[in-house]
Parts: sequence; C-alpha cells; structure tokens
Amino acid sequence: MTDFSNEPTSRSPKQGRFAFARAVLANPLGLVACVMLVAVLCVAAFAPFIAPYAPGDLQIFKMNAPPGDGYLLGGDGAGRDILTRLIYGSRNTLAGAAVAVGVAGLIGVVTGLIAGYFGGNRDVVLSWVSDGLMALPALIVLLAFYQALGASIYLSMIVFGIMLSPSFFRLTRNLVNGVKHELYIDAARVSGLSDLRIIVRHVLRVIRAPLVIQTSIVAGIAIVIQAGLEFLGLGDPATPTWGGMLQNAFANMYTAPMAILWPGLAISVTVASFVLLANAIRDRLQQGDRVTAGTTPKPKPAPSSSHPRGDSPDDDVLLDVRDLVVGYPGKGGWTEVVRGVSLTLRRGEVLGLVGESGSGKTQTAFAILGLLSEGGRVLSGSILFDGQDLAHFSEKEMRPLRGKRIAYVPQEPMSNLDPVFRIGYQLVEPMVAVLGISRTEAKARALELLARVGLPDPKRTFSAYPHEISGGMAQRVLIAGAVSCKPDLLIADEPTTALDVTVQAEVLELMRNLQAEFGMSMILVTHNFGVVADSCERVAVMKDGAVVEMQEVTKLFAEPAHPYTKMLLGSVLNDTTVRSYVAPRNPEVTA
Amino acid sequence: MITYLAKRIASGLVLLAIVTTITFVMLFGATENVAQNILGENATSAQIVALEQRLGLDQPLHVQYGKWLSGAVRGDLGTSWLQSERVSTILLHRLPVTLSMVSLAILVIGIVSAVLGVIAAVRGGWADKVIQVISVVGFSMPNFWLGLILVVIFALTLRWLPATGYVPFSSSPGGWLASLALPVTAIVLSGIASASQQIRGAVMDALRQDYIRTLRARGVGPGSVVIRHALRNALPAALTVLSVQFIALLGGAAIIERVFAIPGLGSLTVQASLSGDIPVLMGVVVAAIIIVLIVNVTIDIIHAWVNPKVRLQ
Repeated sequence: MTDFSNEPTSRSPKQGRFAFARAVLANPLGLVACVMLVAVLCVAAFAPFIAPYAPGDLQIFKMNAPPGDGYLLGGDGAGRDILTRLIYGSRNTLAGAAVAVGVAGLIGVVTGLIAGYFGGNRDVVLSWVSDGLMALPALIVLLAFYQALGASIYLSMIVFGIMLSPSFFRLTRNLVNGVKHELYIDAARVSGLSDLRIIVRHVLRVIRAPLVIQTSIVAGIAIVIQAGLEFLGLGDPATPTWGGMLQNAFANMYTAPMAILWPGLAISVTVASFVLLANAIRDRLQQGDRVTAGTTPKPKPAPSSSHPRGDSPDDDVLLDVRDLVVGYPGKGGWTEVVRGVSLTLRRGEVLGLVGESGSGKTQTAFAILGLLSEGGRVLSGSILFDGQDLAHFSEKEMRPLRGKRIAYVPQEPMSNLDPVFRIGYQLVEPMVAVLGISRTEAKARALELLARVGLPDPKRTFSAYPHEISGGMAQRVLIAGAVSCKPDLLIADEPTTALDVTVQAEVLELMRNLQAEFGMSMILVTHNFGVVADSCERVAVMKDGAVVEMQEVTKLFAEPAHPYTKMLLGSVLNDTTVRSYVAPRNPEVTA
Repeated sequence: MITYLAKRIASGLVLLAIVTTITFVMLFGATENVAQNILGENATSAQIVALEQRLGLDQPLHVQYGKWLSGAVRGDLGTSWLQSERVSTILLHRLPVTLSMVSLAILVIGIVSAVLGVIAAVRGGWADKVIQVISVVGFSMPNFWLGLILVVIFALTLRWLPATGYVPFSSSPGGWLASLALPVTAIVLSGIASASQQIRGAVMDALRQDYIRTLRARGVGPGSVVIRHALRNALPAALTVLSVQFIALLGGAAIIERVFAIPGLGSLTVQASLSGDIPVLMGVVVAAIIIVLIVNVTIDIIHAWVNPKVRLQ
C-alpha cells in the first residue's frame, strides 16, 4: 500500500504500474500464478482448436472408460471424453467467475466510494446493507432463488456477485476513509477539482492494488461456489462445466473413482493461481515494511570490555552499562537506535536519563530489562548488573531478575494495564509468580500497596477494570506493581509525561518516597529538566543514541560541559515553571 | 449493553423481514408452472386450476404474502407442497443434523486454529509455513471435492469409515462421530485456513501491546503472557472469524450433505430447490437467518463477557 499512498503524484501512473507488475512477476509464485492463469485463459479461448472432440460427442462403449484409446483421461458416465469436457468447462468457469467479480466489484467499489468519500447517512445505510448481506448464508439464498432464476448459471452468478459485493464495499470504504484526509486530497479539493475527478484521479489510484488482490480472491470464491452449484445439478446440463463433471463422476464413483480427480484438480489449480497471484501482490505491497529473513544482518561480535574511562570495579555500583549498542533490523542492515551508551548507577541512587524524543532513552531502558521490541537486540557492549552481564542473558535467564530485581514503570499508564483483567489480578499474578506466595497473601499485599501509593479506596481499585479508573490512578497502580516484589532497580520511563500537570508532582513525590523507603536505585527517564532537578542525584544526557555528558545534577546545572546540554538547558531555563522547581532546592544553580 | 443487544436483535429482525419478503416475491412471483410441475405432464387443466386454488396461487401476490406472514410470525410456516408435512416439522427434523455437524466443525476449526495460530505467532517457523500452505490449499480445494476424495480413500478403498449416512448422537455417540468424521474433515480445512491466519495476526497484535511488556517486566512467565493475556485479548477477533465460518458452513452444508447423504438442512434445501417446494424454501431461509442472528447475538454476549469494556457500550 505504501507505494501508492506515499507518493501518489510523484511518478506517472503507467510507469508505476509496469514497475509494479514486473516486481510481482519477479516473485516465483507470482510468475507461476500468472502463467497458469494465462494458460487457462488460452485454453478457454481456443477450446475448439485444442480439444480432441466436440463437447457433446459420445461413444456409448466408452462409458466410464479408463484412460487411453483416444480418450486421454478416460470417458465419463455418458461416454464422453473427459479431457474435451475439461477444456470446454474452463470457458464456463471463467465466464461465471467474471460475471460474479464484475457485479461484486462494480457494486462494491461504487458504493464503497460513496460511503467512504461522503460519509454521513449514506455511509450508515450502505454499511447496514453490507453487513446484512454478509450475514446471509450465500449458498442457501442461491438455492432458494434457483426456482426463480432458472437453470442459467450466469443469473445465479449475478446474485452471488451482489452477495459478494460487501467485501469490495468494505475494502474500498476503509481505504477511502484512510486517504480522504491526506493533504494531497485536501489540496485537490481546495484547488477546485470536482468530487468525481478527485475520486477517479487520487482515490482510485491508491486503492487500485488492494482491489486487484480482492478481485483475485473473489474470483477464486466464485469459481468454487459455481462449481458447487453445478455439482448439485443447478446448472444447464447441456453446457460442459467442471462442477457438472464432478456431479457426473460422483454418480459413477463406484465404477470409475478416478474421474473425480480431473475436474477437481482443474478447479483447485485455477483457484490456487488466483490466490497465489493475490499473495504475490500483497507481498510486494508489504515489502516496504518488512525485512526478508535471508537479509537479516548478523549482530557484530561484542568487543572486549575495555573501558575508555577505565574505572575500577566498585562494589557500590549496581548497574554499569558500557558502550551499549542496540539495533533493529532495517532495510540494509541494522539500524542502530542506541550507539554506545555508557552509564553507571550506584545503589540507592537516582539517575536521570535526559534527552529529546528519539535519543534512545527508552530503548536503553528496554535493553536493560531485556524487553526490546520485536527484532531488536543488543549488538555490542555490556550491561553489568550486580556483576552479571545482562547483555548476554537469554530470555530464560532474564526472567528471574524481572520484577524481583529490576522493575519498570511505563510512560503511558492506560495502555500498560491489560484491559480484560481486573487490576487486582494484574497485581496478584506477578507476585504469586515471582515471590511464590499464596494468592491470599498476595492479595493482602496488593491492598497494602494500593493504599501505600495513595489510592483512596484500595478495595474498589483492586476489583476495578482498567477502564474504570483515571490515568493518574492507573499510574499509581503501575508503580505499586513495580515495587510489589521489592526490586533493587526501578526503571521509570517518563512516568509523569502522560499525566495531568496537577498529578505529575504528586506521582513524582510518591516515586521519590518509595525509592527512599525501599532503598532502591532508580533510573528516571525524562525529557524534563525540572523533574531531574527535583528528583535526581546524577544525570546522563543523551543525544542521537549516545550519552554526551554524565554529571552530578548540581554540577550539570551550574556548569554544563557539553554544548548540547547547554543548548537543552538554555531552552529550558527560559521556562519559569522549571526555575521555580530548581531554585528553592538548588540555590547554587541560579547563582 | 442491553440496549446494544436490543438494537442488534432489532436490526437482525429487519434483515429477516427484508430478505424473506424479497425471497417471497422472487419465488411466488414465478409460480405459473408450479401446479403443472407437481401434477405432472398429464394433468388436466381443471386439475391444475383446482390445485392452484388449493395452494392459494390464484390470489394476488400481496394477499398470499399477508397469509404467509401472519402464519410465520405465529410459527406456522405452512405445509410442504410435495410431502404432506408441516414445514416446521420438517425443519425440526433436519436442523439438529446440520447444526451438530457444523458445531463439531467449528469446534475443530477453533481448536486447531488456536493452536496453530498461537504457535505461529510466538515461534513462527514450521507453524507459519503450515499456515501458509493451508491458506492456499484450503482456499483452493472445493470442500466437496475433498469430501469426494476422502470417500474414495477412506470409505471405498480402505473401508475405515462409512461413505454415507448419519447416525444421531442420541442413538450412538460413536456412530455419530464416525458418520461425521469424513464430512467434518472435508469442511474444516478452509475454515482452519482463514481462522488460523486471523488468530495468528490477532495474537501477534496482542503481544505487541504495552501491557504485555509491562507484565513481562513484572516477571510473569511466557505461558501466562501468551495464553492468559495475549490469547484472551485476541479472543474477540477469533470469535468473529469463527462466527463468519459458521455462516459459511451453514450454507456450504448443502453441498457436503449431498456428498455424504446426510439428511440435514442442506440436503433439504437442495431437494426443495430442485423440486420447487417453495414453502419449504421459505422455511429454510427463515431458519437460516434466525440461526445466524442467534449466533451473532451469542458472539456479542461472549465478547462482552471476555472484554469488560464492551459491557459499558
């Protein structure tokens, strides 16, 4: 999808389409699918020239005849050549599928464009009709209508096309909804283009490729259903069809079981070609956001832990991160999001990790927890926690540390509580797992903790679902959960950013108090120097995935060494709220 | 929640009314030859007129519809034109057969897809490949063709299972299972194809959520994270795809019941369709839509049970 929506006007449509088609054909399965479909199409078109007999020719002594003697695949129950009827059957199959796809596509796309582009009542009504159609068992409706429609399979396919139109409707509507607020559509509207021209020129171009996929899939469904109807005897018995051949073979199954093979194979191979073509196009569309397995780069070997600063190991140091490099697989290799972070944290100390968004703060925190997002990994460097190098820990080795030794308070409280479980359960479950205590004991502890983090009615919160409490309360719950197993290190990732200003100070104070009470070390990830000044003893400043400066807080505010720190402070110190935080506690900063 | 359900049911009833009306007009609008067909070639015109009068076909369409509707809302769907039995009685005989087959199939689809989908989402590897292959094969092979092949292999050649027929669960659970083994195998493949893919996607989505990271950070083990938290959050998507499968199988039953000579709703539909037994067809349409409605409302209720947030809406 990205190819079309990102740069809809940057290249001429023709060029784009051909390049795209070439890319689809470069996929071996896509190529096979196209070759097969072209072959079936040719067979259908040139049936009279290819087939050895006419479709109605029959030789009575060749009823259910085995292959050979002029009948390459044998004879059917009436003594007709199976191969000939297979060849002629392709005509009817493709034509029927074309009718169904044509009707479904036309109705679905037009109504989808109307519903998506104009919205409002039209959308409501059309969506209702579409949902209603989808709720009907198609085959039952087709069978019921058979009496009225008669033996023509094409009429049935028109009705089936109508019943399939919701799939096109939903696709088109959702795609149009997705693009209609894009800037280039607004621009087109402002420049006075009519709705119709905008739809045709811009919207249709974006939804073209997904529609081709849908067409392929619907064609496959139509072929299968059509064959089913013919198998039941609902078609015109005079026309050779794959489904009708299956019916004939079914009737003679005890005498000539092999005859059921060929028509079924013809159907399956044709439908599979449509599916594989759809898959090839989809793969091509998704290629932009995915790295193929073969090109996943290997991580660099970790360098020997020679340390530029050459500190001696210190018993008082709880966490010592050295030259940490974290990467995610990207298009041409690893994209490094953390490039050589080093920092130390003493027991009982609070370290601020500051930097603007995208500087790698959160990724550093996740690396310490061993919880990088999918695909991410520590490429080099070490994470010494209490003497053990977590950088080389497996998931299994990490697990006993989490919760018990290292805990985590997330940034966004609401998305960090499982919406389908009560809060109490989410507190009790980890305690039972980590501390091995009983449920009753864990519950008592959870209630105590909820009271400790300042929730007015712990019992009610305990039995509430996450959507029933406020963001500030949720963050207190998450803090309670983080400290519930008395960790040595608490990593808080911007714990106040998502909260109301009034709540921020209270939550920070709570964290600071808990840190002192439990004697934890804490890494406080933030972009706010006010928070740093208020809560931290030392601070590490990050920029572009590396720590540019690590200092005592007072020293950093007084004489920032790195130009980037100076710039950050300069931009912050103009902010009066920060100064009011800083001034009373750290008089030397303003001096 | 109650108002939401009420709305859903009302909307379903409107759908039922619209579809039955359209079907009625389509079917009863073209009944010129019905009496002739029922009586055969040699019927006299007097006989035909008499039959048309008896069936009410000589009355205007709206009068016929009024009669049908007033009966239908009281549960009286009329009498079959070809068997002298009430439509509702016929339906009550046929429905349990089809429903037991489809329910068994949905159960198999649900279990197999959940296992495959979860393994593929968590590990990838072979489960991913199996899902990819099934998604193409299951989609491309017409299920009745697969059914025919199964019959040839397991019933005609190996003689392990009966080729045709149906044994009610109440008379012999083992026989019931044996009679449904082949048809259910034939119809689950395409269901597994789409359901396992959907479940894989939904579990992968759930595993990417923030709360999963937070739970892991608290020391919750992978088994609980995947099964208790990710799968439960993926359940609504899985239920939706299963309900769609249910509807598809209810229709698809028509063909598969023919292959295996199962006396269910599907074979009744085919029979009535080929012979022009219009009251039975109307009854089948009504029954099918009501079943779909019940399934959808049940799914809504399960959604609400699984996801507490839905209960508020």
